[in-house]
Amino acid sequence: MDIKLTIDGKEIEVPQGTMLLEACRKAGADIPTFCYDPDLKLAGSCRMCVVQPKGWRNLVASCVTPAQNGMVIETESSDVVEARKVVLELMLARHKLTCHTCEKDGECNLQDYCYRYGVTESRFAGKVHNLFKDDSNPFIERDYDKCVMCTRCVRACEEITGARAINVMDRGHHAHIATAYDGSLEDSPCVFCGQCIMVCPVGALSSKIAAGQGKPAQNDKVMTTCTYCGTGCTFELNVKNDKIVGVTSNRDAEWSPVNKGALCVKGRFGWDFVNSPERLTTPLIKENGEFRPASWDEALDLAADKIKAVKEQYGPDSISMFSSARITNEENYLAQKLMRAAIGSNNVDHCARL
Amino acid sequence: MTQEYRVLLEHADKINPESAADYIQVGGYKGLEKARSMNPKDLTEEVKKSGLRGRGGAGFNAGMKWSFVPQYPETKYVVCNFDEGEPGTYKDRIICQKNAQALLEGMAICGHAIGSNNGYIYCRGEYPFVVEMLKKAIGNAKESGALGEFNIEVRMGAGAYVCGEETALIESIEGHRGEPRFKPPFPGVEGLWRMPTVVNNVETFACLPYIMTNGADWFAGIGAKSYPGTKVLTLTGDIENPTYFEVPTDYLLRDVIYELGGGVKGGKKLKAVQVGGTSGAFIPSQNLDTPIDFDSMGAIGAALGSGAVFVMDESRDIVDIINRIAKFFEHESCGQCTPCREGTFRCKEIMERINTGRGSLKDIENLKVLARIMQKASLCGLGQAAPIPITSTLEHFEYEYLRKLV
Ligand SMILES: Cc1cc2nc3c(=O)[nH]c(=O)nc-3n(C[C@H](O)[C@H](O)[C@H](O)COP(=O)(O)O)c2cc1C
Ligand code: SF4
Ligand code: SF4
Ligand code: SF4
Ligand code: SF4
Ligand code: FES
Repeated sequence: MDIKLTIDGKEIEVPQGTMLLEACRKAGADIPTFCYDPDLKLAGSCRMCVVQPKGWRNLVASCVTPAQNGMVIETESSDVVEARKVVLELMLARHKLTCHTCEKDGECNLQDYCYRYGVTESRFAGKVHNLFKDDSNPFIERDYDKCVMCTRCVRACEEITGARAINVMDRGHHAHIATAYDGSLEDSPCVFCGQCIMVCPVGALSSKIAAGQGKPAQNDKVMTTCTYCGTGCTFELNVKNDKIVGVTSNRDAEWSPVNKGALCVKGRFGWDFVNSPERLTTPLIKENGEFRPASWDEALDLAADKIKAVKEQYGPDSISMFSSARITNEENYLAQKLMRAAIGSNNVDHCARL
Repeated sequence: MTQEYRVLLEHADKINPESAADYIQVGGYKGLEKARSMNPKDLTEEVKKSGLRGRGGAGFNAGMKWSFVPQYPETKYVVCNFDEGEPGTYKDRIICQKNAQALLEGMAICGHAIGSNNGYIYCRGEYPFVVEMLKKAIGNAKESGALGEFNIEVRMGAGAYVCGEETALIESIEGHRGEPRFKPPFPGVEGLWRMPTVVNNVETFACLPYIMTNGADWFAGIGAKSYPGTKVLTLTGDIENPTYFEVPTDYLLRDVIYELGGGVKGGKKLKAVQVGGTSGAFIPSQNLDTPIDFDSMGAIGAALGSGAVFVMDESRDIVDIINRIAKFFEHESCGQCTPCREGTFRCKEIMERINTGRGSLKDIENLKVLARIMQKASLCGLGQAAPIPITSTLEHFEYEYLRKLV
């Protein structure tokens, strides 16, 4: 059943059970959010998304308030704007504001919303925390002096990865994100998937591998498929000056249907080999126990000749092929085609089955 | 009319609260018997008609709350809020210690109304001795057969004030961090273990046996029309008789202090009185002629809350008291939502500054802005109510702030 409501003077219809956030966005309103994440359980805690229902005493968090028939909503009333400014100022009051060196610069919710509402400094500045976590792990930087306590990392860790490595510790203003007993990630069930970095709306979590090589907001992003395993996760190679400087992920299910942005430690952090000087750059042919560089034509001709010779002498069934889990489905399809159609053998298998 | 009117506490100290037999001798468990002879819908209607409203602070009509519980799910819960975390409040403890069986009977009556045999009592962590007593009282009532199929388990809190908020309480029973849930869904639809749950205060439940035995009309005729019945109050602070009283709800605040309370201690003049616990408004002496009921208190910008009455004499330093209250909320915020997590901390900072003579007019201005947004945008009642002592004293006692500024 559809319900009717008015948002910023515009009448719209939404299905029963729709949250105000969605209804407002449908009506064209731009609602700022920190804790809301469409893939995670609702938290309703940052209070950035508040809107004003006419006749209600308090503002409501639009992400967790169901739209009701006949509601009249204002999304930028003076109360709403004041509340959002105060929320931002309260966040800023404890924030290590170092945008110039921050990995998140340019795609940070806190930065963007402060810009939007003209919040340059906080009226509530006072004591700041010292929550930076000197975590010795090789992958993830945890600078909780930039944390806004949206708990998206906690929910992503539990709901997407299932690791439950982190949670909120302590209460009130002392509440902070921690592993059990506030230890290091390495001593926790953390699998270094980096889903927490992916969902963090600010620069509190970032990749140590990519640090300092280019701010993700400024890098070119090349969508591709991870080559590590047969799952085939989509991710974006961050490219700067023709060099891969990082991996981020695209959470849009249309672009990233297999993984919706989620990756594992290899995909998210294991890309620096690409620029390694130890990589092979040409085929090698072994002669007299020594490898020598060769051209692709020469190498392929040699391989084809040898396969043909074996086939002639021993028949096609004497040849088999193991393809790789690290190539795509399409490439695996071509591999079996080559075996069955060109070579004539059914002896084709795949390393993931061994 | 300056007398106490005892209903819940009529037999206080004359019966053993652990003993169902003692209670039955003074008319106990008759109300449950009558409730069980009615169909649940009529029972709920009867409670609605009595006008009984929640005694835990929010003042919601009890029967109305029950009527939101859907019929179809098999598992439902009756939860008693005995967290009693408001400083200065101990009326629920008194009700349990004097008349525990009435609480158990009330819970069973609610159980019949919503179709549940599963009761929980969530008891304040600082009351281990009451837990022991309650367990014996439950054991005794079960043995006597008075409760029938209705079961009650006691769970203990661990000292967090926020766990008195009904959804944080539910999270705590489930074994999670004591953090309030956003609402809706309300507990009546999705409560304990996501099943329909009625959460009521100790005093609310304890009224039910008397409503059932004497009738809804009898109850509706006591005290204030819109918030009928009696209320157990606890007096603390600068007062001659710092003790508890049960009074009809149209009782005047002035009489609470000057008749039952025996007046301000040492014959001093009254400066302010805070009703309803730490989050209550500070009421100046010119507003004393107000009945204590929910709506009358609301009309003067205060709240009956838990029924704690904290009296301050003329020598008290309002700003210093508010500073302490700010510390309390900074300590008790669960830390979930931004306005309260950060706001309670900054309130405390600013109050400390003002209290130690380092504050400025700008601080007061910022305090007002912050208070307004905490009230309007916090997730739960804690953050919404935490600034009330500040705003009410800025309204009535601003000069005390101003004289402390640099
Ligand atoms: C911060 C906070 C603390 C609360 N503490 C208590 C409490 O200690 N006891 C209580 O009965 N209700 C408390 N409440 C109110 C409960 O959330 C709830 O409204 C009440 O238990 C409902 O019962 P009632 O309708 O019988 O009053 C508290 C609410 C808030 C927001
Ligand atoms: S997290 Fe955002 S606001 Fe904070 S320093 Fe980084 S870019 Fe700036
Ligand atoms: S890297 Fe993955 S497992 Fe580790 S804390 Fe982040 S989300 Fe959890
Ligand atoms: S680290 Fe990031 S995702 Fe986690 S709570 Fe802080 S701001 Fe949110
Ligand atoms: S208002 Fe305070 S206690 Fe309530 S949810 Fe927010 S932080 Fe927690
Ligand atoms: S986005 Fe709605 S409360 Fe955080």
